[in-house]
Amino acid sequence: MGVLSFLFSSSIGRKLVMAVTGVSLIAFLVVHCAINACVYFMDGGATFNAAAEFMAHNLFIRLAEVGLIGGLLIHIVQGLSLTLDNMKKRNNKYGSSPKRSNSTWYSRSMGLLGTILLLFLVMHLKDFWIVSRFDAQGGLTETKTLYHFMVEVFANPVPVTLYVLGCISLAYHLLHGFQSAFQTFGLNHPILTPMIKSIGVAFSIIVPLVFASIPLVIHLGLIK
Amino acid sequence: MKHSMKVNLQVWRQKNTQAQGNFENYSVETNPDMSFLEMFDVLNEQLIHDGKEPVAFDHDCREGICGMCSMVINGNPHGPKQAITTCQLHMRSFNDGDTIVVEPWRANAFPVIKDLSVNRSSFDRIIASGGFVSVNTGNAVDANNILIPKDIADEAFEAATCIGCGACVSACKNASAMLFVGAKVTQLSLLPQGQAERQSRVVAMVNQMDAEGFGACTNTGACAAECPKGIPLSVISTLNREYTKAKLNGR
Repeated sequence: MGVLSFLFSSSIGRKLVMAVTGVSLIAFLVVHCAINACVYFMDGGATFNAAAEFMAHNLFIRLAEVGLIGGLLIHIVQGLSLTLDNMKKRNNKYGSSPKRSNSTWYSRSMGLLGTILLLFLVMHLKDFWIVSRFDAQGGLTETKTLYHFMVEVFANPVPVTLYVLGCISLAYHLLHGFQSAFQTFGLNHPILTPMIKSIGVAFSIIVPLVFASIPLVIHLGLIK
Repeated sequence: MKHSMKVNLQVWRQKNTQAQGNFENYSVETNPDMSFLEMFDVLNEQLIHDGKEPVAFDHDCREGICGMCSMVINGNPHGPKQAITTCQLHMRSFNDGDTIVVEPWRANAFPVIKDLSVNRSSFDRIIASGGFVSVNTGNAVDANNILIPKDIADEAFEAATCIGCGACVSACKNASAMLFVGAKVTQLSLLPQGQAERQSRVVAMVNQMDAEGFGACTNTGACAAECPKGIPLSVISTLNREYTKAKLNGR
């Protein structure tokens, strides 16, 4: 490690790791969202299945997936340990809470939102990722495609509700995280910084909205 | 015109650093033109008159430039108004009969000395860790001896207006000192003096900040919103950049 040990020991180094892994996860969300949106071709999931098939069997994608999981695990472990460490910096709590708001609630709740997302991910990976990646779990066949799995899972209103709640947590996590990452990189520019903030807000609304819409439209039978 | 008002105070009383503190209730006859600290002077006169221990609180210049006064008032450092210190807050910002909660800065790196007075020496140690600058005494140096572009001078000056009061730490949910350290690092890295120490200085100051027990920044922006001098959040961005560059250079 040597020169890079500061990434896991110093306050700024640890934040840098959160920012780098966070931006990689944002890049992954773009791909994930684009593939999910394929269900809107209204072709009985044919395009969606083809895209999922490609993601499942392309060697390059599978290698990138290893990197993705690594990044995700680092983001989770570092995030939790930072949150717990930060909580120990004020042993005597305030007796009053600010009358004049000085920050947004979601910027103060990244640890909580992240924990909700972690619980959501456990459910989500069990629902779709395990069945599509590990043949021992039944695997995907001509008659049992990933689209079929989606229709099956989202027939039940309970997972639909949980998925929508997961997407709301994601939206707020991104609303703070997107622009926060660039602040941590030290990027501060009179033109670029306001642009990044606007793109971040748009991204945090559009992407979770597309994700959340799919369980809903499938449950309501709006797409065939 | 009514020229007197009564406020109910809930003030944090703590004998010393080790003692358990608690809130005590007081009621003070004051007037709207008094500053918040003058209202505390009235309270202390009352307490002394009644043979009780007066409330310890920090203050010095009482004109908003020294950084000594502190107090978290109704949950906000330096009170409900933006960009002022407690000494510049006046009782007219409150209503007759209001209940006001007053507590010290709370952070492990700022131990309470007594009541509302906290020990902010950790800030001094961070500054000291940055190293020294040599200043020639005697005659003043020629005004334009070292040329600094106006926009750079302005930016450095904006950062230099930090009075080191610690409101940023007290407002931060992580008790992080990064707005303070960011202001100092921004100011010093912009100016031509001390460029040789630019990288070693930022690493030493961040190491000291971590060692003092301040938390890590999560960019909530509470610090900048509460700063009596309006130091912008961008100084933390500059601090992150300066530190990362120095670390990648093996400092």
